[in-house]
Amino acid sequence: MTPPDANVFSETPLVRRKRREEALAKWIFCAMSALMILPLVLIIGYLFERAWPSLSLGFLLEVPTRGMRAGGVWPAFVGTIYLVFLSLAVSAPIGILAAVYLNEYARDNWLNRLINLAVINLAGVPSIVHALFGLGAFVYAARFGYSIISASLTLAIMTLPVIIASTREALASVPRSFREACWNVGATRWQTIRSVVLPNAISGILTGVILQVSRAAGETAPIMFTGAVFFKAVQKGDLFPYSLHDQCMALSMHLYTLSTQVPDVQESIPFATAVVLLGSVLLVNAAAIALRVYLRSRKKW
Amino acid sequence: MESNSTSPNLAVRKAARPGWALAGERTLEILIHLCGISAILFVLGIFFFVFKEAFPVLGHEKFSLSQFLFSQEWYPTSEVNKRYGVLAMIAGTFSVTALAMVLAVPFGIGGAIYISEFCGAKTKETLKIVVELLAAIPSVVWGFIGLTVMSRLIVKYTGAPVGVNVLNGGIILALMSVPIIVSIGEDALKAVPDSFREAGIALGATRWQLIWRVLLPAAKNGLLAAVLLGVARAVGETMAVLMATGHAVHIPHSLLDSVRTLTANIAAELGEAPVGSDHYRVLFLTGVLLFLITFVVNLAADFMVRGIRKK
Amino acid sequence: MSAPEKHIEVRDLRLNYGPREVIHGISFDVYRNEIFGIIGPAQSGKTSLLRCLNRTIDFTPEARVQGTIRLDGRDVRQDANVYALRRKVGMVAPLPVGLPLSIYDNVAFAPRCAGMTRKSELDVIVEQCLRQAALWDEVKDRLNSLGTKLSGGQQQRLTIARALSHQPEILCLDEFSIAIDPVTTMRIEDVLRTLRQDMTIILVTNLTQQARRLADRTLFLWNGEVVELDRSEVIFSDRPGNRKTYDYVNGIFG
Repeated sequence: MTPPDANVFSETPLVRRKRREEALAKWIFCAMSALMILPLVLIIGYLFERAWPSLSLGFLLEVPTRGMRAGGVWPAFVGTIYLVFLSLAVSAPIGILAAVYLNEYARDNWLNRLINLAVINLAGVPSIVHALFGLGAFVYAARFGYSIISASLTLAIMTLPVIIASTREALASVPRSFREACWNVGATRWQTIRSVVLPNAISGILTGVILQVSRAAGETAPIMFTGAVFFKAVQKGDLFPYSLHDQCMALSMHLYTLSTQVPDVQESIPFATAVVLLGSVLLVNAAAIALRVYLRSRKKW
Repeated sequence: MESNSTSPNLAVRKAARPGWALAGERTLEILIHLCGISAILFVLGIFFFVFKEAFPVLGHEKFSLSQFLFSQEWYPTSEVNKRYGVLAMIAGTFSVTALAMVLAVPFGIGGAIYISEFCGAKTKETLKIVVELLAAIPSVVWGFIGLTVMSRLIVKYTGAPVGVNVLNGGIILALMSVPIIVSIGEDALKAVPDSFREAGIALGATRWQLIWRVLLPAAKNGLLAAVLLGVARAVGETMAVLMATGHAVHIPHSLLDSVRTLTANIAAELGEAPVGSDHYRVLFLTGVLLFLITFVVNLAADFMVRGIRKK
Repeated sequence: MSAPEKHIEVRDLRLNYGPREVIHGISFDVYRNEIFGIIGPAQSGKTSLLRCLNRTIDFTPEARVQGTIRLDGRDVRQDANVYALRRKVGMVAPLPVGLPLSIYDNVAFAPRCAGMTRKSELDVIVEQCLRQAALWDEVKDRLNSLGTKLSGGQQQRLTIARALSHQPEILCLDEFSIAIDPVTTMRIEDVLRTLRQDMTIILVTNLTQQARRLADRTLFLWNGEVVELDRSEVIFSDRPGNRKTYDYVNGIFG
């Protein structure tokens, strides 16, 4: 025990040890976080460095030539845009309405518990199983064949649960008191949703949808067997090279093909393809994050 | 007085919404209900269509389910004696996933603890954005990194003959699962009430003690759910393991053996299997197996998360 | 008051949230154009009672209502058009809720939901209701700014304007003064005294003095049961009908 005249605020060995431990803990966890982030930076840097010889605007706009050993990625880039927008055109409305149902209409009964369970499981289905489903359901059963439609629908079902989840979160962030105020003056559920809930959740919903753009763009397995092909002849810079029943090229598939199936490719070309894919995905993501930060700064209440 | 000058306007009491507005609202609400129910239909649809393609093979006299699950002989294209055993692929999936989790769980949980307990608001925001970006990297890009960057590093530092193997796939999958573990783990830690922390600090606990004795036990379920979701992601991942693990169909004996996972097997062979052949149907059956595995894992994770909310 | 006309009749009202019963079979009448005070401590079922009246209780899935509430002789639970019913009953919640819409849209919201679309009619209603709620002079130059950016007292008056916008026959105020300052409270109390010419007012409050100032008759609700209902002079006198009332009103418990 300290004698009564000792300054109680002076450091004891115990305090010093505690402080050392404190600092140690902080550094260990900080290092762990750094080790998690370092790869991201290193990988992006490395990819860029290797891709540099091929990177130019021309690479984006050129078509592949000499059996994909030279030229650019235009057909794949356009194909990815097709797939992404078609799939979101299907999944965004269904997903948003489903989330509206779950958050605004659903009561706590067995059916809705089942729906919740279904959404969770849909989110967990491996992408290759989605591919098998797309092949069985859209390519064969619905007779769409190997086509952009089949591939987009497969992607749509894959992105659906995440859109549902992010939309629900956005809807749930609108305070319940607003809804009650609307109900009190005789608004129906839908009038309440349309005039108060949706306008205030729209930023969150949009962010969720934009994030799905990047996810859909990066997926390979689901489109590999439903509509994406190794090669398709397309004019340079052509904006509408595909019809809905065509097969198409896609960036992700193109990267896979280049790096595993085509021998003797000039090394910088797959790297440049990877950079284009990664760059587009990260750009879209950054845009979504920026939108979220901006909208959060000007909340209405 | 003001209100005396304005006699009550009773027009609202007589107002009525036009019929088309009512009908439109009714239709829209039906549509909303249908979309809500659609999630069930999609899950059932996935199971149905994948199972439908797989089903005929179950009746074949040459096919047995126990051989499928417990034999490691995978000779789908043999002329004389076709055999479909996926045990080697199950072992492949298991080994890669296990390695990935050994690497990802400490870092993921450590990162979650750092983000939620140690760093300031600014750093926190930045770190969360970085984690989000890390999660957004497409799996085919990870596969490409495994194939080109990681495999060279592995050959250089371990002297293994090939760089695409369990170690490579495990590291890549770990990098892919870490963001999920971090973000869900962070949610779990955030759910621990601040009063727990305050009580701990008031008693003079150091941060170590606080984390070990208070936070980890309190957030146990949520952290377990985070790990389970990481497992689900690793088991279901296709492109990255297809490109980074090599293509040897056998049970691995060391980290430097090449393996093939269930997912990679489907991706690699589906293109070559003739539609409607036994080979094709067995690949769909593998899909059913994967569906069931992830179904169970996700259900368990959801159960854990729900457990937290109830408290 | 000679043979007052019954506006609301509550008979054997019983309300359960799951297994928990919060209102134990109460009965009372509210007369037309009176200010009817309801006092009682927290958790005594006052807010739930109001929610039964305009049937927003329907949004609480585990709630179960028994007994009848008649409005002009018609059972509210048999009323097919619940939205019209809610427009007959104006409701002001304890905490001010400005909807995240413009001030104009906040007040025009209910008429629009009812199906009114003509701008000229809406303009009249908006001005009239904002005047009635004593808010018009403060906001008439910025009707397009957000209702959520008003001060607390202004938002509460906006809430009252919104409740008046659908021309209710009954106006319910649920502890409207807990989030606003005394001066605004006094202004709103003045507003209520003028409004009673046009409608019946139910005033739920746990400020007993407020009920004493405003209410013609006061009901003392305690633990989901009616302890006493009488003219306010009696309730707040030295000799109310029930000892408990005296104790509550004089701050001995509650």
